[in-house]
Amino acid sequence: MARPKIPRKSTAVDMTAMCDVAFLLLSFFILTAQFKPSEAVPVTTPNSVANKIAPQKDVVMISLNKDGHVFLSTGDGADDRDKKREILKSLNSSKSLGLTDDDIEKLVKAPFLGVPLAQLNQQAKLKTEQMTSETLPGIPCKDTTNNEMIDWMRAVADVYQGGHPPNLLLKGDNVAKYPYFKNILSAFKKNEFFKFQMVTSPENVPQGTELWKNNMKGKKGEE
Amino acid sequence: MAEMDTSGGGGKHKKGPGVKKGKKLSTRVDLTPMVDLGFLLITFFVFTTTVSQPTAMKLFLPDDRTTPENQNKAKESGALTILLGRDNHVFYYEGILAPDGSNFKSTNFKDIRDEIIHKKSVTDTADLVIVIKPGDESTYKNVIDILDEMSINVIKRYALVDNLFPAELDLMKATEGGAPAPVAGQ
Repeated sequence: MARPKIPRKSTAVDMTAMCDVAFLLLSFFILTAQFKPSEAVPVTTPNSVANKIAPQKDVVMISLNKDGHVFLSTGDGADDRDKKREILKSLNSSKSLGLTDDDIEKLVKAPFLGVPLAQLNQQAKLKTEQMTSETLPGIPCKDTTNNEMIDWMRAVADVYQGGHPPNLLLKGDNVAKYPYFKNILSAFKKNEFFKFQMVTSPENVPQGTELWKNNMKGKKGEE
Repeated sequence: MAEMDTSGGGGKHKKGPGVKKGKKLSTRVDLTPMVDLGFLLITFFVFTTTVSQPTAMKLFLPDDRTTPENQNKAKESGALTILLGRDNHVFYYEGILAPDGSNFKSTNFKDIRDEIIHKKSVTDTADLVIVIKPGDESTYKNVIDILDEMSINVIKRYALVDNLFPAELDLMKATEGGAPAPVAGQ
């Protein structure tokens, strides 16, 4: 009985193709990933179950750090920079700050604005490295009598008037006290900004709660 | 792989008829570890990029300037007032605060959810309104946490109010002492 000999095949598979795929994917992900812009103002945001991604365009971001200092920044795009320039120009004329065009250009390049209005020309003289949330005093909004956020928001409202309203983002620190938040809110309200968003870190919806049940059913949560 | 030909010089002479030529080493490298590494890096990048996206929570502020006639008054029976105090303390009362403060209760961020669920189950949806009053000593996190509770429990009507009555302040001060209350989600 001659049994046909089955040639014993090696179990080693050629890994080259798989390796190619792996590294192709790897390079794809690395190249497409957007780097997190270095945060000018370090803020630890609270968690929330909100699942909407924070917008990136037409952003006016107000950061509230742990000491209650308030900083204002805009998006990085060219449009956003133009808007920032217009905001500064509008403030310059309405509050007669005496900023030169050169000062305004410098402030537009600054990562954030965080000084009382009267000191804006001094912030313009600082180098970018010197502008940190520790060295700058922040926009005063501690009490209702001296709430410069109102002026800032008025300038923002003027600039965005007529067009698409800005995406107001409020990024507050966990330990920032409520009164600061309240004063920012009153600055929003005074300028008829009734819609804004708060930046948070994502968190899972606790199991068994109503929102969780809704999500399970595939219902869309309320906006 | 890293073997060297140690047969020395003059190998030619020694090679007899039965002696094979030095075996040609295969150029194939085992790529399995490299593939492993590749996929490991992929998973790492995928996870880290998606997680770091900040999310945004929407808040619509009421227009304060509306005339009193247009303001919607909260029905007493359907109102639940939540006060936020120092060190993550939470206080609440249903309806109107009793003059002697008997319905003023203290709780924390963990237990307030049960209270909201309870209130929601016993009141008509149309009447239910939650009034959130953060005290001056409460933090931004507290406010976000309680707003988050609203979306977790699908509360349609809630208001963020910041004028605390003196009676509420006194009761809060009286109850606030002691250790900080536990924080939600820990």
